[in-house]
Amino acid sequence: MNAMGHLQTLVNGIVLGALYASLAVGFSLVWGVLNIVNMLHGSLIILGGYITYFAWHSYGIHPLLALPAVALLMYALGYVTQLLVINRVVHQPVLVTMTLTFGLDLILYNFMTVYYTATPRRVTLDLGATSVGGIAIPFDRLLGMVLALVLTGLLYVVMRRSRVGRAIVAVRMDSAAAALMGIKVNRIYAITFGIGALMAGATGVIFAMVYPVTTNLTGIYLGKAFVICVIGGLGSVQGALVGGIVLGVIESFAGQFVGPQHALTVGFVLMLFLLVVKPTGLTGIKGYE
Amino acid sequence: MDRRLQYILFAVWVLALASTPFWASNYIVRLAVVVAMYSTLTLSWNFIGGFAGYPSFSTAAFFGLGCYAGALAQRSGIPMVLAWGVATLFVGAFAAALGGIILRLRGHYFAIGSIGIVEVVRLLISSWGSLTGGGDGLNLPLLSGGPNAVARIFLIVMVTLMIVTFLITVYVDRSRLGFGLRCIQQNEDAANMAGVNITLYKVIAYTLSALFCGTVGAAYSSWTGYIDPTDSFSIIMTVKVPVMCLLGGPGTVLGPVIGTAAFTLLEEVFWANFLDYNRAILGTVIVILIFFLPGGLLAISYRDIGGRLARMFRGPKAAA
Repeated sequence: MNAMGHLQTLVNGIVLGALYASLAVGFSLVWGVLNIVNMLHGSLIILGGYITYFAWHSYGIHPLLALPAVALLMYALGYVTQLLVINRVVHQPVLVTMTLTFGLDLILYNFMTVYYTATPRRVTLDLGATSVGGIAIPFDRLLGMVLALVLTGLLYVVMRRSRVGRAIVAVRMDSAAAALMGIKVNRIYAITFGIGALMAGATGVIFAMVYPVTTNLTGIYLGKAFVICVIGGLGSVQGALVGGIVLGVIESFAGQFVGPQHALTVGFVLMLFLLVVKPTGLTGIKGYE
Repeated sequence: MDRRLQYILFAVWVLALASTPFWASNYIVRLAVVVAMYSTLTLSWNFIGGFAGYPSFSTAAFFGLGCYAGALAQRSGIPMVLAWGVATLFVGAFAAALGGIILRLRGHYFAIGSIGIVEVVRLLISSWGSLTGGGDGLNLPLLSGGPNAVARIFLIVMVTLMIVTFLITVYVDRSRLGFGLRCIQQNEDAANMAGVNITLYKVIAYTLSALFCGTVGAAYSSWTGYIDPTDSFSIIMTVKVPVMCLLGGPGTVLGPVIGTAAFTLLEEVFWANFLDYNRAILGTVIVILIFFLPGGLLAISYRDIGGRLARMFRGPKAAA
């Protein structure tokens, strides 16, 4: 293949990678702060996508208008779930927390398949495409990328500048000390899980504009979140961004050279390789095993 | 619960399952085969998940590899029972080799790595179409003698596998190995410093957790006569097996068997009535299990419940 083709693949990968960053950032935050692998994440993305699709299909609401509403709704859902259910097991062993979130995922997944069926659905915006120096860029993907980057950037600013963001970082570093400083740790956990759900739901809105939404994808998106977190490291916005773009580019090239059906395999193999090479965890932070 | 009582209950349960062809319908017999099969898987998982406390989610990978190893061996002309042996050895060797690598991980990283293995193996099997038939799956020769006779044969096979796994569990439970694995579960670093060869013990536990999954997988593929990647490497099985073990009581001898029996019973009852909601029901069982039965069914003090019930029936006056 010529250089132009490689450049096109690279650009596709970066566009995809930006979406992956916003897919993984909430998952990474929850894992980093609560020390919980949130098996619900994939279903929350799809739920966001379905709400967007049906708002658009049944009521003609534009996805860009649906985005803030879905985000708020998902935040509330995440906050309540954490407060009522997950807070009760937050300090239990991995097996318990993972099994519990998987159980919740099964419930949500089941209701989505029954009510929405597994038919792939997609919001078609028909925005057309542009070409920059011979590289084709569809406008809907470009919009998706910009939205994903804006969301991820917003989260970065919130974590850096706001009181809540600083409190989350404090809890992540040392929850016992944070509690002594007067931070209500359980409330911060609920807010963190809420933000995780919010980012998942908002990513779902973006995905609905770019790719078909179906419940069959929940496991695949969850798998991608694992891979991105292992590549980029846990609990930081930058980590998710780096991991997302690396995975996006790798998948894009893997799709080119070994066939698109193997793109995910390549990601998983890379993840296992990284896990084996650096078994202590890639961030090197103690206490987040 | 007293160990001797656990052994007696197990013997009773084996008799109940093995005698189904004499007193129950073909449906119950097939159910008994499934229960014995899942009991073997759960008892196997117990070595790594229960005794050593490692959150392994790779049972489906071992089961699926067993399915394919057995099927391919059988299709290449190896007799059925010998093909099961081939699958057992293959899966055991795979797990031992893999264990040396993946068991260096801990906690979430181990859990995610073990899920990743299921996915990678499944994707390899489904894309290696020339050998495995890809998404079309593989057909196996069916046994002659009609469904009733076949179900009886596989009942004997699966119950035997369950007994063998149980006996190994009893041995591990009473041996140095079991003690070492419990130490690893409590505090791995301390166990290491106290002179437990943690790497060796973990690899043994991981291999034991895979060995008979391979046999069960191969026998299952001979039983159904057809396998495909989605069926053999199902993520639901990955989670069901640990959940069954947690439901009974992880790290105990009988817990996995009790958990499997209770879970299958629940599933059958709900399956018949709410076909569309079986995943949600599994999810609800998980939530209830984790909230209300943290140690599994075996950890409940039944004497207490008996006393409470007796007081309830005698009325408040007698209780006071």
